[in-house]
Order: sequence, then C-alpha cells, then structure tokens
Amino acid sequence: MLAYYFQLAIHSLKRNKVLTALMVLAIAVGIGASMTTLTVLHVLSGNPIPEKSARLYRVQIDPRGSFGFRPGMEPPNQVSWIDGMNLLHAARADRQALMTGGLVAVQPAQSMLDAFFAPARYTSAGFFPMFDVPFRYGHPWNAADDQASARVVVLSHALNEKLFGGRNSVGRMLDVGGHALRVVGVLGDWRPNPLFYDLTRNSYNATEGIYVPLSTSQVLGFAHDGSTDCWGNGGGSKRMDPAAPCAWLQFWVQLDTPASAAAYRRFLVHYSQQQKALGRFQRPPNVRLRNVMQWLDYNQVVPANVRLQTWLAFGFLFVCLVNTVGLMLAKFMRRQGELSVRRAMGASRRTLFAQLLVESGVVGLAGGAGGLVIALLGLWLVRHRPAAYASLAHLDGAMLMITFLLAICASLLAGVLPAWRACSITPASMLKSQ
Amino acid sequence: MNIRPILSTLRKHRIPTALIVLEIALACAVLCNAIFMIGQRLEAIHQPNAIDEAGLSIVTVRGLNPKNAADDLPRNLAALRHLPGVKAVAAINVVPLSNDGWNTGFTTQSGVREFSDDSYVNVAEYLVTADADKALGLKLLRGRFFHSEEYAAGTLGKSFMPTGHAIVITQSFARRMWPDQDALGKVLYMGDKYSYTVVGVVADVLRPDRNGGGLASFSYSVFLPMAPVEAALNKYLVRSAPQDRARVLREAVSTLEKISPEAVVNGKTFSDIRNAYFADTRSMAWMLVLVCVVMVAVTAFGIVGLSSFWVGQRRRQIGIRRAVGATRADILHYFQTENFLISSFGVVLGMLLAYGANLYLMQHYEMARMPWTFFPVGAVTLWLIGQLSVLGPALRASHVPPVVATRSV
Repeated sequence: MLAYYFQLAIHSLKRNKVLTALMVLAIAVGIGASMTTLTVLHVLSGNPIPEKSARLYRVQIDPRGSFGFRPGMEPPNQVSWIDGMNLLHAARADRQALMTGGLVAVQPAQSMLDAFFAPARYTSAGFFPMFDVPFRYGHPWNAADDQASARVVVLSHALNEKLFGGRNSVGRMLDVGGHALRVVGVLGDWRPNPLFYDLTRNSYNATEGIYVPLSTSQVLGFAHDGSTDCWGNGGGSKRMDPAAPCAWLQFWVQLDTPASAAAYRRFLVHYSQQQKALGRFQRPPNVRLRNVMQWLDYNQVVPANVRLQTWLAFGFLFVCLVNTVGLMLAKFMRRQGELSVRRAMGASRRTLFAQLLVESGVVGLAGGAGGLVIALLGLWLVRHRPAAYASLAHLDGAMLMITFLLAICASLLAGVLPAWRACSITPASMLKSQ
Repeated sequence: MNIRPILSTLRKHRIPTALIVLEIALACAVLCNAIFMIGQRLEAIHQPNAIDEAGLSIVTVRGLNPKNAADDLPRNLAALRHLPGVKAVAAINVVPLSNDGWNTGFTTQSGVREFSDDSYVNVAEYLVTADADKALGLKLLRGRFFHSEEYAAGTLGKSFMPTGHAIVITQSFARRMWPDQDALGKVLYMGDKYSYTVVGVVADVLRPDRNGGGLASFSYSVFLPMAPVEAALNKYLVRSAPQDRARVLREAVSTLEKISPEAVVNGKTFSDIRNAYFADTRSMAWMLVLVCVVMVAVTAFGIVGLSSFWVGQRRRQIGIRRAVGATRADILHYFQTENFLISSFGVVLGMLLAYGANLYLMQHYEMARMPWTFFPVGAVTLWLIGQLSVLGPALRASHVPPVVATRSV
C-alpha cells in the first residue's frame, strides 16, 4: 500500500519538476542551515566528562570585604591561596584538587628544537584520579610529592610527541623555566572540551602541555596565567603572593552521593562562619557548589555568537517551511480536478490525505538529503573559521539521524494543511465546474 | 485602481494570503535584525584607531630573566634602533587589539579606596618608553607627550601602576571623565596611592580587548611613561616605512634572537594583529550576509510560486475580464496591487516581529536598540522584492488571451 503511494508520489512530483525542485531546495536550505548551527551548538554544549560530571563540583566561597556587598551576589569564581589550601588540607570530600593555570618556558634537550612556551597546569595530586585522566606511560605524582614540592612533571600526549618523539620519557629530565624536572608520567590522548575545570583561558581546544605540582610551581616561582580577582587592598603586587587577597585558583571536589554533597555544603558554610569569626571574611557565608554542567551553564561557556546563529538558523528554517507550505498548497490545489475524480470513483478522504502526506514526506526525504549535503558544506565552512572551537565541528551519527527526522517532520508538517485543504473540497462542485 | 475587489478576492483565499503575509513578515524580522547585526560588526571593525598601522611591527620577547630587565631593555632598544630602515623604536607592555589586556580603573575624586561599578572607569593601561608616540604614530590633539624626566621617573616596583605623575589619555576617555571641560591639567586617581595629571590628549587608540565593555569604552586608553627597566615591557614597537616592514621585522626578530638565544622571540606586523582580532567578527558578518541573501531568495521564490499558482487558477477569470474590456495593463496592475497589499500586511506584521526580536536580543545578547531608520528601509526592501517577484507571473497573466473565457477547460 505504502509502496504504491510512494510510486504515486514520485509520479506526481515528476510532473512539475520546477515546483518540486523549489520545495526540495527550500527544505534543504532550511535544514542545512539549522543542522549546521545545531551541530556546532551540540558539540560546544557537550559534556566534557560524561561519566562523572554529576559528581564533580566546583567550590565557590566569598572571602571579600564588606564594601560593595549586595545580598544575592555571586561569590568569586576562584579561591584564594589561603582558602584553597585550607579546604584542600581539610580533605572533607571524596577527592579534591587545587589548581591554577600557568605558562612555562620549555628548553628541549635536543638542539634542533627552539625554546618555547607551553601552557601548564599547576595542581595538587588529586587532579588525575578525580578527572579520570588516562596515562600512557608512568603514573601521576602523589600527595607526598605535593608535600615535598618534588621536582616532577607530567607531560601531555602531544608535548611528549614533540619533545621525545612519542617514546616513553618517564625518568627523563626536562628543563622547565630554568629548572630540571623529572618526567614521571605521560598522559594518553586526553582533551576535555570545553576545558571545564578552568574556563578563564580559551574554553575550547585549549591544550595544556605540562602538569606540575602546585607547591613546586610556587617554590620555583613559575608564572601564573589566567584571571585574577582581587579585593580590598589586593592587586598591588605583581607576583601571586600567597597572602594576597586575590582569588586565582580553582578548587574542585568529587562528592559521590547527594548526602555527601549536602554535608560538604554545610562544611563550606561552617568554614565561612569560622573565617568570619577569625576576621578574615566579612560577608555572611555565601557558598556555591555547582557540578560540571551547572558550572558550564553558569559561565555561559557556549559563545553568544553560536547561540545567536542557532536562533537565526531556526528562524530561517521556519521561513523555508512557510514557503514550502505555500508551494505545496499551490501544487495540491492544482490537482483538485484529479483528486475529485478519484473521490467520485470511491477513494476515501483519508486515503487521499495519506497519499498527499506521503508525497510531502518524499519531498522531505529529498530535502533531508540535500540538507545533509548543505550541512556538511556548512560545517566545512565552520571548520575554516578562525574561532577556537572551529575544528570540533563534525557531524556525528545522532545528528545525522536528527537531520532526516527534522526534514521529514518539517515537510509532513508543511504538508498537513495543504493536504487537508485539497481533500476537503466537495468533488461534485469541482467536477461540475469542469 | 480600486482595491475593494482585490480585498474581497484575498478574503476568499485566506490561507495562501496568510502564508505570504507570514513569510514576508518573518523575512522582514530576520532581515532587519541581521542587517542591524552586520552594521554593528562593521562598526566594531571600523572603529577609529589613531595609530599609524601601516608601518608598525611588534616584536615580543619572552623568557628573559626579569632581574636583568634594566640591562636587556636599553640594549635591545638600541640594537633595534640601529637596524637600517627603522624610524622609531619603543617598548610597551601590551599592544592594541592583541587580546592580551592590562586594565586598570580611574576616578576623578581622590580617596575612593574600593573599586566598584560606578566610582571607577575601566581603561586599558599602556606603559611606554621614550619615543612611543613616534613608534605608534599617535595623533596629539591637546597638550604634549612626555618629557624625558617623566620617562625616567616611571618604574613599577611591586605594583601594577607606575610611579610618576604624568598621563596622556585618549579623547573618548577625556570626554567620559570630564564631559564639558578641558581635560588638560586635571588629575586622575587610582586608590589613595596613585594620582596622575593629564598632560596630553591623543586621538582614540583602541584597547587590547573590549574587556567586557561596550563599543563606547573600546577606546578608553591611557599612556603612562616608563623608564626602560621593567620586565613587563616585553614588546617592542618597531616603525619603518610600509614597504620596508617585512624586511625590518625579519631582521628585528633575528637580531633579538642573536642577542638572547635563551629567549622566545616572536614578531608580527600590526596588520596581522588587527586581522586576527577581527577574524571572528568578520566571518560572523559574512555569515549574516549569506543568511540575508538566501532568505531574500527563498522569500522571492515563495512569492513567485504562489503568484504563479494564482495566475493559473484564475486564467478563466482573467479571460473574462479581458473579454469584457480590461486591458493588459489593467490585469498587470491588478496583480501588482494585490502583491503590494499583501506585502504591506506582511511588512506591518514584520515590523512588530523585528521590534520584538530586537527586544529579545537586547535582553539576552549584547545588542543595541535598532534605530527606527531600519523600519522604513526594511519595508521598502520587501515591497521591492514583492514587486520584482510578482512581475513575471503578472506579465504572464496579462498575456492571457480573452478567448480563454469562451473555452470550457
């Protein structure tokens, strides 16, 4: 039955090629544009650490002075050295890590490579197990290394390729910022996108080449790179003085159950009260515990341009759809004579309606295929844009399915009204007028 | 032409009419907003930047020991100055449009200790050594640039703000701080430790980045004099004739690499920096242009399709009108007037939609209010598109011979 309707639809579409082509093109362009932007949005708002994102929390507390206080204000995004260290040593969470970004000069041992700067992460040892960081060679450093400010370094996969040709470099020495550090581990290909744990630098496609214990980085005076938020009389000093009233570190915790999350929140409130009693904090306790996706959402990590484009594309798809409705109406109404004859010969209204819908479905299928080509072209264009996220824009299986689903739904939706109108004409009056 | 019969015909064809109206309205809303956004982006790209960009190159040196800065800087400056073709050289902390910001806040009152949203105005802080005005090609509007003793007095110590008390500010920033007064001789304060007297006003120089501010604050910049002793001044402004630029930049990089082999030296022309800064803005503008063009095309095709359908449906009616005396021009005008009416409905609805969309975008994305001039321009554009697309079908209609009236099918 459906196959027969299909044949009828193809036959009817072939009769007026220009109109059919216009409809297919309208749907294809609309679908192509919306799928391009939707794919970019989908890629950019993806979960960087899907298996743990609900159990990892970013800690925010408010250590600022009372000046400029307004109720309901958000606490700073980052924590100061003193608070970070206090929370780290309290060790109330299942896992925790205190970290910040940096930039270090790397002097390769081989003479054919020039010295270069690599983005670095200074962190406590909890970082690697907490974020499930895969290791290719060696292992992370441990809490004892943190304590001892050990001269150790972990390299990213890419940097190990560059410096050691991808070979096992564990145990080798590397000149970092003028100090010799021993390589203890090399990461596997680990590229969380967006770089959720530190959004103060490039959020997408950001690569960190070098991981150094936070304590070591401070002892050796490595440069901090990232945002710093100071209050009170802070901000006067150039170096990141541990005592300065400045927030420049990120503190993450892993809390495995909702109960432990609630307990940790209480602990943070208690900590803030305690610090206020000591005179360090001046504001009422103001703490936030956001998990990974909440954190990304709060920071509006998806660029505004991308969201704007998605709106634009769907507005555009809507125009294309209205256009298709008009064209289908024209097409179906022109066939009223034929439809009336078939009605007169016994076809039910439902049958005709189904046939017309199949016809619009075929248009949708063709439009979906065309839309896919346009979306691939659009994504190719996006990949050649200068934005940081450009290289991430690829169509995956799910989006491919959505493309066709959207196209067929759209065209069926566009077909309903014209088909209903065409079927609701009384055959007698139509036949008489001929 | 009498529009009553046209209106009553349209009333009989409610659905197709409503569809075209809706399509034109949507196109109008998207077009107005898209064109406005393109305009905003072009405005950002073409913000005046009163430095002589054509012959300017920037060389960044990183990885030197900060303790030796007082030796390194004068030596590097001298080495660059002696390169053939170099007209002026100076060191600076950050470069306009480089996306690497160094910002501070100033107020016109002394004794305001805490930063807050309203008491301080955020500006980009350019720390420069002698000759920076020549190297950048600044346009002095009032007052003077710095004296040599003012340069000599500028050091950072442990702070972000230099010692010394002279400052040169941009015209936009001067107007922001003292809207109706001459800025020369006025004092800017930063906390209770730092105060600077305005000695000169220069034409607007853009900031390294927008720093979250709007287009208005994009040219709030200040220049502070520095002695060549601070490691923070790790960028060298090298001016040459535009035709020598590529060679001078190459030689400048190799010269500095030779002087300090342990350093990471990186050279760029200012044009490269500008292009990189605006690359995303420019590509977004092109994408919006593409959307507009395709949108207009789709709308036009929709109108062509539906008008053709109407003409086909009304062949007999047209034949009868022709037979009872209507001229070809009458038929042509009939369809043109009909389209004009439909377009007008669409445009009115479209204006409301465009305004609503603009309000929404203002709330959720940093958009400004659309100026009212967009509405008449959008209306005329869509009327024109409507008339152009209906012309073909209408002409075909006007060529329907009167004899059609007498045929049965």
